[in-house]
Amino acid sequence: MRWLAQMRMRIQMLFMRGTAAARLDAELRDHLERQIAENIAAGMSTEEARFAALRAFGNPALVREQTRGTWSWNWLELLLRDVRYGVRTLARTPGFASIAILVMALGIGANVALFTIVRSVLMKPLPFKDPDRLVRLYEQSSDGTFPFNQSAAGVFAAWKKQSRSFSDMAMSGYDEYNLSGNGGQLPEAVRSAVFTWNMLPTLGVEPALGRNFTADDDRPSANPTVLLSWGLWKRRYGGSASILNQTVMLDTKSYTVIGVMPAWFAYPDQRVQMWTPLYHENAPLITDALDDHEFTAVGRLKPGVTEAQALAEISVITRELHNQHLDNPFVNKDANMRPLLESIVGPIRAPLHMLLAATGCLLLIACLNVANLLVARSAARQKEHAIRAAMGGRRWDLLRQRLMESLLLAGAGGAAGLLLAWGALHWFASARQDVTRVEAIHIDGAVALFAVGLVAMCAAFAGLISSPQDWQDGLVAWLQESSRAHSGGRRSTRLRAVLLALEVGLTVMLLIGAGLLLKSYAKLRASDLGCITKNVLKMDFNLPEARYSQPACVTFFRELLTRVRSSPGIEGAGLVFPVVPGDGEGGDNGFEIAGRPPLPQGQLRDALHRWADPGYFAAIGIPILRGRSFDDNPETHSDEVIISYAFAQKFFAGEDPIGQHLITLGRKPHEIVGIVGDTRTASSDPPQPTMYFSIYMADWVYSTDYLNAASLVVRSPSDVTQLSVPVQRIFQQMDRDLPVSNVLTMDQVIGRNNMDASFNAMLLAVFAGVSLLLAAVGLFGVLSYLVAQRKGEIGIRIALGAQREQVLRKVLLDGLRPALVGLAIGLAGSAAAAREIASMLYGTEPLDAAVFGAVSLTLLAVAAAACVVPAWRASRLDPMQALRTE
Amino acid sequence: MGKPNDLVQGTLDLLILKTILLEPMHGWAIAKRIQQVSCEVLQVQQGSLYPALHRLEQQGWIKAKWAESETGRQAKFYSLTAAGRRQLETETANWNRLSAAINLIVTEA
Repeated sequence: MRWLAQMRMRIQMLFMRGTAAARLDAELRDHLERQIAENIAAGMSTEEARFAALRAFGNPALVREQTRGTWSWNWLELLLRDVRYGVRTLARTPGFASIAILVMALGIGANVALFTIVRSVLMKPLPFKDPDRLVRLYEQSSDGTFPFNQSAAGVFAAWKKQSRSFSDMAMSGYDEYNLSGNGGQLPEAVRSAVFTWNMLPTLGVEPALGRNFTADDDRPSANPTVLLSWGLWKRRYGGSASILNQTVMLDTKSYTVIGVMPAWFAYPDQRVQMWTPLYHENAPLITDALDDHEFTAVGRLKPGVTEAQALAEISVITRELHNQHLDNPFVNKDANMRPLLESIVGPIRAPLHMLLAATGCLLLIACLNVANLLVARSAARQKEHAIRAAMGGRRWDLLRQRLMESLLLAGAGGAAGLLLAWGALHWFASARQDVTRVEAIHIDGAVALFAVGLVAMCAAFAGLISSPQDWQDGLVAWLQESSRAHSGGRRSTRLRAVLLALEVGLTVMLLIGAGLLLKSYAKLRASDLGCITKNVLKMDFNLPEARYSQPACVTFFRELLTRVRSSPGIEGAGLVFPVVPGDGEGGDNGFEIAGRPPLPQGQLRDALHRWADPGYFAAIGIPILRGRSFDDNPETHSDEVIISYAFAQKFFAGEDPIGQHLITLGRKPHEIVGIVGDTRTASSDPPQPTMYFSIYMADWVYSTDYLNAASLVVRSPSDVTQLSVPVQRIFQQMDRDLPVSNVLTMDQVIGRNNMDASFNAMLLAVFAGVSLLLAAVGLFGVLSYLVAQRKGEIGIRIALGAQREQVLRKVLLDGLRPALVGLAIGLAGSAAAAREIASMLYGTEPLDAAVFGAVSLTLLAVAAAACVVPAWRASRLDPMQALRTE
Repeated sequence: MGKPNDLVQGTLDLLILKTILLEPMHGWAIAKRIQQVSCEVLQVQQGSLYPALHRLEQQGWIKAKWAESETGRQAKFYSLTAAGRRQLETETANWNRLSAAINLIVTEA
């Protein structure tokens, strides 16, 4: 029953506090009046009785406070009072409050956003069953250049058959299909993946609709089957379940739709929109090969088996295969392994960590700035505090109020920052579809908790750092110091200088990081791909084998080029396979040089391969250095090869390559007929040896092979994007069912592949700019405050004959000193931090003197600009006025 | 005569509970009664009395009721709850044990 009474009491105290307070007053008054009455009865006069009673009663306010102290919810009342007081104090200086909140919002928002990304992308487990048991298996190239090489299907088959460490093992690869339109829909090139039938069971995933592949589907002779992604199903088939067991046309062959994957499923990456069975889609020539490193293998470790044990096992299997095929240098000697999550997010770890560090700096700067502003205010309010302390305000009360103020600032900043982060994440998710696992980015409970933690940390940091003198200085010293005010607040001035130096140091680090990345990005943009990139357009297409035999492909290629070249506004057109310059490696082939002794076992000659039509080099502006392009006689095309300058340098140093023969592509001799200029596979990579074959060649590695896909490049003297539609119309006229994809200008190709670099550089530059602004505001504030504090002293100096220039110089130096110290700290810190981002830099040294120099100069200039106004103001002081205002 | 604050910690609660055992009383009367019964030895000051009363009320040992007093004015009358009665027994027992123990030591010497 007692708890019931207590509960009733609590509810009463919470909701009827006003009544309770009035009753307490009445109760106390009643007591006093009884005392007075008693005193009168004892013979005192009314006046006397009253005074005696009051004396006996003590301080009524204190009694009231102490009594209220026993009430439940008293803490809440105190808290609310602090909040009210804090809000009122802040509202009195709306400028200060809004700046501080904005600064906090920027810092907290940036951190929450980046933490969300890092957590979602790097830390969140993959959405598969027991994801920590999943590993990705690799081969290791014999020469050690590719420690994480993709797997050949034949090697995978051996691993799967012989290993005992895995409960299951599956393999995937990439593909692309022309999805025919029906009912007036346009055809579409769809990025897809091939899965062995057991891929989904290995990952522990089931289709949202329909069924997974069966082992029977995953054979060359099976009926073609396909799984659709949720997005494709919704977009193209209206999300209707009736699509199950219907057929769709892929590369003009009919495939039965057996299922739809869940919306979240994004393996091997989020751009894949359909899945087909691997062994059905690839010829046995490829699925048996030991040297064709095309596929990605995933294994699920058996319980109790460690990664090291599993790796040892597949390494032995790989080594045995290698030893059985010593004549083929492309059969790898070793295997490798890493957790699946690591294999997916490994490459973006470093940039994300760098950005996280940068936002951390930004937050620290924001906190320092707010602390700085609070220090300035607390200095101005020292007298108020001293008086309150003298009136019996406890230190803890004062500190609590200071903390409440900074908590209010940080809380408001955090709320605004959370909104900011939410907006930023939405923007990021739509702007950076290419980022791995971007679909996993969500603000969740942990992120909210992180935000709350940040707010608390910022509040404590800014509140505590700005109030050490509250317990260091004695009250008397306070009152004395502020009464004279000449060298007032020396301690807080020193504190502010230290804070400023730290702030400047962090700013310098951000500036240098941004400078390095920007310079690196500028170099990337300026790096010469080796071909014309201005007003060049490229588009990919893929002729379905079912309808296009080899001669039909050649006819199509020639007809296409004739039609495109004769269209108005076209300066050149050509065909290339598999990629245009700047769009990746594309693939490579081993070769031998006729007349040279074979290389020792285990070594190999290898170069990138390209297929091009005779007019490609002229169309995209790759210079022919020696010899000629392919001639127009199709008969000779299959035995000619054109090499790049780097190829000639590497393999024919001091020799004339023209007329020599390369033995490659099915060990057939190809005569070198020309040498062309180098191109790069990416802006950041040096040119690699490349060999070009004719796109019209009839058979290459296998006699049944021919080229049925290519990129068309088109060059125009003016804005080439206007040609995009007319050229696509030519495709439509030639084959209504043929989609073209990746219609991009060369600038877009480069931009897309340099997106990371530009994104990182831009983001860091924004952070650095904001912190530079904050530091400048901080410097300006601290010096203005200093000058205001020392008005009297400066007035005396001037009155005693100090030159105005001397005053100017002295104040300027006072302001610049923390900036210089900060600069030194920042340069030292940057030298250490720059090494960490060395891997993200292209053509730029981590200790790039130009960047360090430019940053130092910028910082000094900004610092001087921030200091010059208060210094000038000090030098213009009228001594009489300054002394009189004391 | 000792100052009221010299009351052994926690004893004031016992005194209040004991004082209002027989009939509901208001604050002034409680202070007065304690003073009288202790032959003016114990003086409870308001600064201690009211916080103690309110604390006991929050804890559910006593309950309060506004009623007309002998002067015709409204006054807050405190009375024991059932839990307060039990609490009084416990505290009385405690007090007896404690004071006996102190007595033993003081008279021994």
